[in-house]
Amino acid sequence: MQVALTFFASLLFGLGLVISGLANPTKVQNFLDIAGAWDPSLVFTMAAAILVTGLGYVLVFKRGRPVFAETFQLPTTTRIDLKLVSGAAVFGIGWGLVGYCPGPALVALPLGNHGTYVFVGAMLVGMLAARILPLPRRQNMKPINQ
Amino acid sequence: MIETTEFTPLASALGGILIGSSAVLLMAFTGRIAGVSGYLSRLLPPYTGEQPLERLAFVAGLLAAAPLYAFVTGSAVTHVVSSNNGLLVAAGLLVGFGSVLGSGCTSGHGVCGIARLSPRSLAATAIFMATGLATVFIMRHVAGV
Repeated sequence: MQVALTFFASLLFGLGLVISGLANPTKVQNFLDIAGAWDPSLVFTMAAAILVTGLGYVLVFKRGRPVFAETFQLPTTTRIDLKLVSGAAVFGIGWGLVGYCPGPALVALPLGNHGTYVFVGAMLVGMLAARILPLPRRQNMKPINQ
Repeated sequence: MIETTEFTPLASALGGILIGSSAVLLMAFTGRIAGVSGYLSRLLPPYTGEQPLERLAFVAGLLAAAPLYAFVTGSAVTHVVSSNNGLLVAAGLLVGFGSVLGSGCTSGHGVCGIARLSPRSLAATAIFMATGLATVFIMRHVAGV
């Protein structure tokens, strides 16, 4: 059930990325280009997504536990450390360079664009590198009840 | 050449509502944050045995979305990607490396993390928005790429 639900939810997520325009890297770059060809559409996407998620989470956490699992899997770390800051900074540079972040790149993969294949291949190498290089371990996701 | 894109507040807000609904469903039923880089990167080694089927299902759902949209609406998904291979490789490496190092990307930090008012996610989102804006500014208005 968890697997089926996850597939359904991510399909919905992907449709959201397509309909919002996030799966189009040029639209994302224009969203980031305030001084030029600015397209503020994605402000509406972020605002709507955060609002729905925020309100929904309040109701979900009130219930005490997820339907198909024992606990909510939430990060317990609260420290803003060098890894978080440098990781986010590096991520943002890559995001700006082409206009792809991981979700939209996966959504666009079946559209058959050569550039998307190159990006996703390199992204997987980057993820693998960050996982296997001897960096301090990533924070653990500990089950907590909220 | 910089291509302009059409301002689409309604479609973009609707897309955001779908993204938010998906994040709420995932948390309500599986207890998980809808973080794309988290689901995807944990399919790569080193393996810690964390629900590989759920992770595959998440990736499969994303891959199925655009074909389903095209099939149902009969219209193609608008999509213009840079054709510069060097730029694509650099961007992919930075996005992949940075999202794992920073424990999340636009979905996990930018949507789910902000929605639960996580200070780490607020910081991460502010930082990647700032470097993303700076990168596009430098590329388009300084370097003229």
